[in-house]
Amino acid sequence: MATQSGIYHETYGSDMQLRPTTMQRVRLALVAALLVVIPFVVDSSTQRLVNTVVIASIGAIGLNVLVGFTGQISLGQGAFLAIGAYACGLLQVYFAVPWPIALLAAAFISALLGGLIGLPSLRLKGLYLAVATLAAQQIVEWVIINWDPIDGEINGRATDALRIPGNALFGNADLRLNNNDTLFYVVAAAILVVVAMATTNLFRTHIGRAFVAIRDQDIAAEVMGVNLYRYKVLAFMVSSFIVGIAGGLLALQSTAISFERFTLSVSIEYLAMIIIGGLGTVSGSIYGAAFIVVLPELLRSVGRALAGTDPASLSEFNRVLPFVQEGVFGVVIVVTLIIEPEGIQRIWRTIKDYFRLWPFSY
Amino acid sequence: MDPNEVLKFLRLTYTGLSDGALLALIALGLVLVFKSTDVINFAHGEFMLLGGFVGYQLLTITAGWGIDPTLGTIISVAALVVAMVIVGTLVERLVLRPLIGEQIISVIMVTIGLSSIIDAIVGLAWGTIPQPLPYSIVPEALAGRWQIEMEGARRPLNLPQEAMLTILVVVILVVLLMLFFKRSKYGIAMRATADDQQAAMSMGISIRVVFGLTWSMTAVLAGLAGLLIGELTNAVGGDIPVVGLRAFPVIILGGLDSIAGAIVGGFSIAMLETYASGYVHPSLKNVVPYVALLIILMIKPYGLFGQKRIERV
Repeated sequence: MATQSGIYHETYGSDMQLRPTTMQRVRLALVAALLVVIPFVVDSSTQRLVNTVVIASIGAIGLNVLVGFTGQISLGQGAFLAIGAYACGLLQVYFAVPWPIALLAAAFISALLGGLIGLPSLRLKGLYLAVATLAAQQIVEWVIINWDPIDGEINGRATDALRIPGNALFGNADLRLNNNDTLFYVVAAAILVVVAMATTNLFRTHIGRAFVAIRDQDIAAEVMGVNLYRYKVLAFMVSSFIVGIAGGLLALQSTAISFERFTLSVSIEYLAMIIIGGLGTVSGSIYGAAFIVVLPELLRSVGRALAGTDPASLSEFNRVLPFVQEGVFGVVIVVTLIIEPEGIQRIWRTIKDYFRLWPFSY
Repeated sequence: MDPNEVLKFLRLTYTGLSDGALLALIALGLVLVFKSTDVINFAHGEFMLLGGFVGYQLLTITAGWGIDPTLGTIISVAALVVAMVIVGTLVERLVLRPLIGEQIISVIMVTIGLSSIIDAIVGLAWGTIPQPLPYSIVPEALAGRWQIEMEGARRPLNLPQEAMLTILVVVILVVLLMLFFKRSKYGIAMRATADDQQAAMSMGISIRVVFGLTWSMTAVLAGLAGLLIGELTNAVGGDIPVVGLRAFPVIILGGLDSIAGAIVGGFSIAMLETYASGYVHPSLKNVVPYVALLIILMIKPYGLFGQKRIERV
């Protein structure tokens, strides 16, 4: 089998292509086919899990724009998600806005507030910035808990949760997202495709190149004429725009949202997704999101199978499960960082290269 | 002046001081690690959790022997110190050492992963129900409440004396640490490493030993803090890491690499929390430190006492 020693471009057109080889196009077609086929073959609980993966992928891509591509560490992902979710929910509750408009508006509101949270990034970097975003996380959480207008009531009892009506589109009750998993999947997957393509292309423009330059060496970037402040705040805005969409989708998927879904541990989960998937890659964000979302479910089903039907071992299973899930989550992070700091994306490439160059790899 | 107001002020100040001592103790552990290894330890709260539960276990064992509480406390604390030294050394050797020289985000994430692991271990070993300590570790002299009768108030000021224990422990530890850094060979080696790793290495200091020592020391500080929280709140339980989280505004306020900053920051943040929750609104306790942190970072990006870094390309 002939192996290519490189990719040769003979026209500018081919040089500009995002996927230059036939194999890459075939794989793209396969992925597209998979996306289309999913709702026809899976049952409803798996469909819900897939939907969660899709939302998490969008959120992880957003976080990766900020952390992986621009190098600004953020522990405030939960806050950004919360802003998107509550903006989307409140627009539906108070102004009866149809959900597509609410979702878009939520993304823009989230981008504005994200830019605001990004303001300290002019003077802060590294660990100090990470702790500043931790402050944003805590402040947003506090506002959600203590600000009364955004609390709703459930069965006439006041709660911290905001009930989402799930406004119907065109007055058609079937076109509500929070009771129709397949419709939700179609909408969310379409958004994921758009976001993934837009982000991949963003890093072929001068804006994206500036982000990467800031990550690699901010002082050198500034010397070369990148306006650090503008691009850092822009990175926060682009990131929180995408994360805001994910947050809005979370609100659209549910019948109620509350602060528990946007805590610091959510921020940490998203960081884990992009670390495990691969920093600074769009596909890595998706792999990582899928991995982190599916892992606890996988552990649950394996554990349930092991526990059998004996009530004693079932209660033991229920006691142990949350700790095992948490422990495995931690072990996966630590082992990934020690063995392959570049994540699943890199492992995938290594495997591909092994076969591409076989038998004469070097 | 309204005597009730005076009483309230005194009570708040006392709470703030003892709370501040606790925060200072936690922040001290964080600063120690950052100063010599450039790592922010997001697992510090979980070290405290682990220390609290190990301490609880040791106290339970010594209580089973039926010995005097004072002797039992001494034995337990000594054994706790040994246990935490082992934990710190293991963590440094297995988790942190492979990541020397990696980018900041990796190091942050590895400590976060570590915190999940410790959480899971503690949960599996001791469950989720808070466990009361078998006997109080407070010395006899500190047990009880101070009664201060205010003129005209007719209300005694009930101050829990055992809260003094934290202040006492922190003072002793700070003095010990200062002596260690000023006088002992290893203390000086640690300061040299913190100042310039390469220069320290070329002077014959083993960076590995220094790193191992740093992590053991921070683990011991965390373990003691965890046991203290167990004593102050009457039980060790899963909410100890939340207290650990409160130390982050403290170390930013004081500067990540300043020991004096950790102490000053600890007391100021605790005072701020207590007065804000006492005079304005109780719910402010959780958010005021972070607002203060953002304001301070806007004015002084390296905290009040932090060392400004000069960077080169």
